[in-house]
Amino acid sequence: MTTHYLVLSALLFAIGGIGVLVRRNAIVVFMCVELMLNACNLAFVAFARQHGNLQGQIIAFFVMVVAAAEVVVGLAIIVTIFRTRRSASVDDANLLKY
Amino acid sequence: MEPAEIVQHSGGVIGASWLMIALPLLGAAILLLTGRRSDRAGHLLGVAMSLASFVVAVLVFFELIGLGADSRRRVVELYDFLPSGSLDVKMGLLLDPLSISFALLITGVGSLIHIYSIGYMAHDPNRRRFFAYLNLFVAAMLLLVLADNYLGLYIGWEGVGLASYLLIGFWQHKPSAAVAAKKAFIVNRVGDMGLALGIFVIFTTFGTISYAGTLPLAGNASTGTLTLISLALLLGACGKSAQVPLQSWLLDAMEGPTPVSALIHAATMVTAGVYLVVRSGAFFEGAPTAQLVVTIVGVVTLLAGAIIGTAKDDIKKALAGSTMSQIGYMMLAAGLGPAGYAVAIAHLIAHGFFKASMFLGAGSVMHAMNDEVNMRRYGGLASVMKITWITFGLGYLAIIGFPLLSGYWTKDGIIEAAMEHNQILGWLAVLGAGITGFYMSRLFFMTFHGRRRWEEGVHPHESPAVMTWPLIILSIGSVFGGAFLILGNRMFEFLAPAVGRPEEAPTVHAISTIGLVTLAVVAVGAVYAWLRYGRAAVPEVAPRGSFLTTFARRDLYGDALNEALFMRPGQWLTRIAVFFDNRGIDGLVNGLAAAIGGTSGRLRRVQTGFVRSYALSIFFGAALLVGAWFVVGNL
Repeated sequence: MTTHYLVLSALLFAIGGIGVLVRRNAIVVFMCVELMLNACNLAFVAFARQHGNLQGQIIAFFVMVVAAAEVVVGLAIIVTIFRTRRSASVDDANLLKY
Repeated sequence: MEPAEIVQHSGGVIGASWLMIALPLLGAAILLLTGRRSDRAGHLLGVAMSLASFVVAVLVFFELIGLGADSRRRVVELYDFLPSGSLDVKMGLLLDPLSISFALLITGVGSLIHIYSIGYMAHDPNRRRFFAYLNLFVAAMLLLVLADNYLGLYIGWEGVGLASYLLIGFWQHKPSAAVAAKKAFIVNRVGDMGLALGIFVIFTTFGTISYAGTLPLAGNASTGTLTLISLALLLGACGKSAQVPLQSWLLDAMEGPTPVSALIHAATMVTAGVYLVVRSGAFFEGAPTAQLVVTIVGVVTLLAGAIIGTAKDDIKKALAGSTMSQIGYMMLAAGLGPAGYAVAIAHLIAHGFFKASMFLGAGSVMHAMNDEVNMRRYGGLASVMKITWITFGLGYLAIIGFPLLSGYWTKDGIIEAAMEHNQILGWLAVLGAGITGFYMSRLFFMTFHGRRRWEEGVHPHESPAVMTWPLIILSIGSVFGGAFLILGNRMFEFLAPAVGRPEEAPTVHAISTIGLVTLAVVAVGAVYAWLRYGRAAVPEVAPRGSFLTTFARRDLYGDALNEALFMRPGQWLTRIAVFFDNRGIDGLVNGLAAAIGGTSGRLRRVQTGFVRSYALSIFFGAALLVGAWFVVGNL
């Protein structure tokens, strides 16, 4: 049974990863990151069920807390960038370089 | 007879003999620390401190005379200077006939030079500083001769070096004076190294560096060790006393004000080497080779100095050559062992008087001639500067050994002692006396007699009383000093408790065969000088002269030799070192920095600023890690 969950989790993770790499819109990239996090959560919960203990579920909660905090900071940054540049493309915000 | 035993002493004037050193040192400290505020009375304070030191020395002398001849070696403990493990140096003063003779000469002649300087330096804005340095010089020299251990001597030795540096370079706005001061200091460093090595060997051999703990035990050490110690000490003595091969600084040291030259040449500094050799006599007596080297150095220097003196037109440099030569005589005598010590010290004291008298006389002449030093522009000064002429003349007669004057007794004593020891040394010393007769007469006639060859607008006049009185007192010393010290073997008997004495006392003749021969040789030199420089006209511009004249004018190529042997190779060495540093070490360091800089310059191009490319690299990194984990996990 766990295998199905893991396959789903891997698929979601792959979709999220590809989304991060290929999409330009910062909001979409952001959502893809969330997708990857939730794919991990799914894997954790599936393993927790398989082993019959709560450790995986506890980790999943930690991940959610971190993801929530990340969303707060990340969205704030995106909104600020959008206000100054009128653009949410991650390729436009490329000043921090050599 | 062995030297007397060194005994502890406390109380009395001898117990307070540290005042001799402390007073001039205090004077120097006050004058230097109060600065311009003491400008007005500074010179008086300097003179007062020097005179007070002289008074203490005289009182100590009489108290020492009051003691029995065999108990005249007293050590006054002052404090524990260096208690460190096996080296425990107790600072103390050794009062014995040898050290008190030096102390009297240093403070006595030194005080006269102080007084003279009041007049000589009257118009110098830095007169106070000058007196501070003079006091420092006297204090350092007194520490040198009074200390009861080699470390104390070394401190005084270095103090003298410092004071001479400050005084030779007193007019440091003149580049030549600054260079001369540096030269004196550096050449002295070479000698100081010898002295330091000697003291190290003394310590490893005897486990202590006090005179009381080493000199009486010198017989316990092997001849080889004693030779090593003696030669190292001799190197030190050569540096301070301007003996060949470390003589080159003395002639340049004439850049200092003339009273400094008098102080360096008559009372302090150059006598230190002779003191060291005589004080360490016990070591030298156990090392015949070293004694032979001392006598050879003495003879070579006395001839070299005399030859240099014959060709110099600068009055001070001619006198400097004569100092070298006379110190050479003293070294020769000091190398002869107990037979020569007394006469070496007697000549040293007599020389202190007549050389101070002549240097100060030369200063008086320069004072009158607008600081002209070229004797070819002097001449005929006898009629305008009567006192200077007479006092200088007495000093001149004393140095060439005119019958019954100081030099006659003391220099003949040395020549006779040398003759008894070794015929060759004796005859070379006689030859030196002849050359002395020539160059001193040349100097005297060129300065005071013959046609007046003065520059336009020079109006010579006699110097003020503050300058002439020291000259008069010194010339009295140059007339009677030698006879007083030599007749009745006075110096010999007085010094015996300090330096020991041979079985039989030397016999003193007023007239001896060797004395007559010497006198004849001197007369030949003097008459020849009179014919060439007294009767005949002296050209105002020096003639080119022969190869030998050039040789003597160039200080026997001593400087050229030093430059070729030490300076040039030294410069090459530094050039090689600089090249290696620039190209080798700097190249390596700079190359490494450039390589890292260049690499990072290329590497920073990776930072594109595109978030997605960073994400891609993270992705690849993660993929790599996972792949590696699979590979390792399957091994």
